[in-house]
Amino acid sequence: MTLSLKVNGAVHETAAEPDTPLLYVLRNDLGLNGAKFGCGLAQCGACTVLVDGAPARSCVTPISALGNASITTLESLGTTDTLHALQRAFIDEQAAQCGYCINGMIMTAKALLDQTPHPTEAQVRAALDGNLCRCGTHNRIVRAVLRAAQSSGVNARSAGSAR
Amino acid sequence: MSTPLSRRAFAAGMGAVVVTFSLDPRGVLAQQAALPGDLNTTRMLDAWIRINGDGSATVCLGKVEFGQGILTALAQIAAEELDLPVARLKLINADTGATPDEGISAGSLAVENCGGALRSAGAEVRAILCGLAAQRLGVPPESVSARDGIISARDGRSIGYGELARDADLHREATGAVAPKPTGAHRIVGQSVQRLDIPAKVTGGAIYVQDMRPAGMLHGRIVRPPRYAATLAAFDEAAARALPGVVAVVHDGNFLGVIAEREEQAIRARAALLESARWSGGRDLPDPNAVHAHLQALPTQDKVISEKTAALPADARRVTATYRKPYLSHASIGPSCALAEFRDGQMTVWTHSQGVFPLRGQMATALRLPTEAVRCIHVQGSGCYGHNGADDVALDAALLARAVPGHPVRLQWMRDDEFAWEPYGPAMTLQTSGAVAGGRVVDWDFQLWSNTHSTRPSEPGGVNLLAAWSLAEPFQPGPPRITPVPPGTNDRNAIPLYDFPRQRIVNHLIPEMPVRVSALRTLGAYANVWALESFMDELAAAASVGPLAFRLAHLSDPRARAVLETVARRAGWHDGEKGNGQRGRGIAFARYKNQSTYLAVVAEVTVDRKTGVVRVVRVTAAADSGLIINPDGLRNQLEGGIIQSTSWTLKEAVQFDRTAIRTRDWSGYPILTMTEVPQVDIELINRPEEHAMGAGEASTGPTAAAICNAVANATGRRLRDLPLTPARVKAALA
Repeated sequence: MTLSLKVNGAVHETAAEPDTPLLYVLRNDLGLNGAKFGCGLAQCGACTVLVDGAPARSCVTPISALGNASITTLESLGTTDTLHALQRAFIDEQAAQCGYCINGMIMTAKALLDQTPHPTEAQVRAALDGNLCRCGTHNRIVRAVLRAAQSSGVNARSAGSAR
Repeated sequence: MSTPLSRRAFAAGMGAVVVTFSLDPRGVLAQQAALPGDLNTTRMLDAWIRINGDGSATVCLGKVEFGQGILTALAQIAAEELDLPVARLKLINADTGATPDEGISAGSLAVENCGGALRSAGAEVRAILCGLAAQRLGVPPESVSARDGIISARDGRSIGYGELARDADLHREATGAVAPKPTGAHRIVGQSVQRLDIPAKVTGGAIYVQDMRPAGMLHGRIVRPPRYAATLAAFDEAAARALPGVVAVVHDGNFLGVIAEREEQAIRARAALLESARWSGGRDLPDPNAVHAHLQALPTQDKVISEKTAALPADARRVTATYRKPYLSHASIGPSCALAEFRDGQMTVWTHSQGVFPLRGQMATALRLPTEAVRCIHVQGSGCYGHNGADDVALDAALLARAVPGHPVRLQWMRDDEFAWEPYGPAMTLQTSGAVAGGRVVDWDFQLWSNTHSTRPSEPGGVNLLAAWSLAEPFQPGPPRITPVPPGTNDRNAIPLYDFPRQRIVNHLIPEMPVRVSALRTLGAYANVWALESFMDELAAAASVGPLAFRLAHLSDPRARAVLETVARRAGWHDGEKGNGQRGRGIAFARYKNQSTYLAVVAEVTVDRKTGVVRVVRVTAAADSGLIINPDGLRNQLEGGIIQSTSWTLKEAVQFDRTAIRTRDWSGYPILTMTEVPQVDIELINRPEEHAMGAGEASTGPTAAAICNAVANATGRRLRDLPLTPARVKAALA
C-alpha cells in the first residue's frame, strides 16, 4: 500500500506505514534536511513544517493524517542562490549558532508573516515561544523576522506563493 | 619534538628566500624551541596549509565547529596571513585521517591554539610564495607584494598563487621565523565576516551528521536501562527480529541495540525491546532534596589552591554564606548522532565529538581494534556546550555497525537517551566566609565541593564511553583528577582576581559520582564566579560600600577595571541604587579562567512577589577579549552565553528521584523561551596590541551573579540556591 503526499508542490508516493511520522518520510525518503528530529514529542519545534500554511510538528504527524494537504518545507522557500526574504534576513542578522532549531524558527515565522505581514516584536516572540533554542540566539532570530517583515521581498513572495 | 637534521638543513638552504622577509626576533628564538599554538606539536607547514593549482588554499585544522563560529574566525586568521579571500580557502577540519591532532575543542582555546598556529604558518607560507614569485620575476623579494592571491612586482608584472603551487615546497618544518602581519595591516581579521556555515543552515543544506544518508545506510537505535547500572536480565529478541524492517538485534552484556532498514522501524523495534526487556539491580541515587549534603559527606581529595596569611584586624566584621548549584543538562536541541561503517576491518565514524583524536583512541580500545583501524571524522551536530552524548553515540553506532559490515549505520539518540544518559554539569556547594574592615575585605575563605568537571574521552586511565561500561567484558572509566589552576576544572575561577590580603581557597574534589557528570560550558567557573561575585555583594553591603566601588577598590588589573567602568557607564549604573521591591539591578565581573576574556555584566530584573517569577529584563555587558578577530562572532558568543546562563540560573535543574533520572523530555527540563529572554547589549573593548582570547564561556558566571545580585537589590533577600524557581523566590520573600 502506498500513500501520496504533496510536498513543496509535487506529489510523492511513499510505501511507509501509515502511522509513520511525516518527519522520517521527508528526511529519509525525500532527502529533505530542513526539518530536524529534536524530541519526537512536539515539544521543541525543530521539525516544524507547514501543512496547508499552518505550522505543524512533523515528528508527531502521521502521514495517514495528511490526506491532500499541502506540505511546505524549508527547502521550498529558497536555495542559497535564491534566498527567501526570511532566509536572507537570518543571514544578515547572523541569527544562528549551531542552527539546529533554525528550520523551526523560519517555518514558524513564515506562517506568522503570511498571516500578519507586519508583526510587532511581541507578536514575533509569542509566535516563536514554542520553538526552543539552546544557543541563546533568540534576540537575533527576532530581529531577523522583523527585518524580513520590513523587506518588500517577503510580502511579494508571500502574496505570490499560494501553495 | 626534535628537528630532524635533514629538515633543518633544508630549511637553512631556503634561508636566502626566507631571511629577506621581516624577521621577528622572537620568532628566531622560537625556532629553537616552541612554535606558536598547536604548530608546536604539528610542525610541518603542509599539515596545515596547501596551495592548490587553482590558486585556492586548503587549510587543515583539528578544531571543530559546534555553532560557535570558530571555523569562520580561523579561516579569517589564515586568509589574512595568506593574503587570500576567505572564499578561496577550503577547510578540512578534525579528521583523524587528514588533519592535525589538536585534542579537543574546549575551554575557549581554539582562537589561541589553532589560530596561533594558522597565523604563524600562514605568514610563513606567504613568505615562501613571495620568495618564489620574486625569483621568477627576477626582482628582489622585498619588492613584491601579495594581495588576494596575486603577487605583484613594482613594475606591474604579477603571478598568481596557483602558478606557484607546484614549486612551493611546503613539506617542511615551520620555522616560526616569519612575522605575522601587524594588526594595523589587517584587512580580514577584525571584520565581521559572515559565518561560512549559516547559508546551509537556513536553507536545509546537508551540513549536520544527522543529514548524512549514504547508499545502503541502515538505522540504529539503542535500548538503555531504566536506571544507572541496571543489569539486563531478559528480553524478547525473537519478537523484535520479527518486526518489519529489523535487520539485527545487537546484544553484548548490558548493551542492547537494534538495526532496521528504516528509521521509524528502528524506533518501533526499540520501543518493543524497551517493553520486553527486564532489568535487575541498578544504583540508587541520592535524595534529590538533600543531594548537596549527601555529596559533601562523601570522601574528598582536598587541595588548598591559594593562601595568603595577613593578620586579621580586631574590628573585622564577619559574614558567612553557602551557595548551591544543581546538576545541569547540556540540553542540546538535537539528540546526539553518529554514522558508523565497518568495512574490511576498518571502522569509520562520522561524529560531532569535540575531540576526534581522543575519541578514536578510546573507540579503538573499546572495539578491541588497533588505533589505525579506526578513523573519526568530524561533521557538525546540534550545539553541545560541552561533553554531551556526542562521544557515547559514536561508540554506540560503531557497536551496531560492527554487526552489519559494509553497511553504514546512522544512529541518533532519542530525546530520553540524551536527557537521561548524558553526563551533566556537576552539582556544587560553595561555602564562603569573609570579613570586612575599613571598607575593605580583610579575610576571604572559599571552599568548594564538587565532582570532577571532566570525564571526557581525553581523560587518561580508562575508557570514558557509556557503552564500554555495559559490554559483557566491560571497561572502566578513568579516575577523576585535579588539574592545576589556572585554568583548573571544578576550581576554575575559584581564586578571586581581587587583591585580598588574607585568603584561603580550598578545592574539595569528590571522586565518587552518584550521578554521571562531565564538562558543561565554563566547568566550575559558572558556580564559582556566581558564588564569588554574589558574596562580594554581601561583603560590600556589610562594609557599607557600593558594589562597583567595592570591586574597584580591590582590583589593580587595569583591564579588569576597564570592563567594570565600561559596563557601569553603558548601563548608567550608580552605586546606591535602591530596588523598589519588584525591580532591581546587579553587577558582577570575572576574567574567565583568570587568564582569558574580561567581562562585566549589569543585569536588571523584575520580581513578581505574588507568583515568585523572576524575569531578567535586560543584560548589559562589557568584554575585553584582546584582539578581536570577528566582532559579530564575538558578540554572538557572548550573547549566547548570557542567555544560556540566564536560563540555567532562573530555571534549570536535572530532575531525579532515589531510583532514576526523571528528566527525560523537555517537560522535565524547561529552558528559557523566546518571550522570557532578556534584551542584551554588549560593548566590546578591542585591544589590537593584546593577543586574541576565546569568549564562548566568559559570560556565564558573571551573568548568574549579576542576576542574583539584582534580585537581592530588588527585594532585599539573597537567594543562594539555584535555580531561582518561583517556589524558592516566594519562600524567600515570605
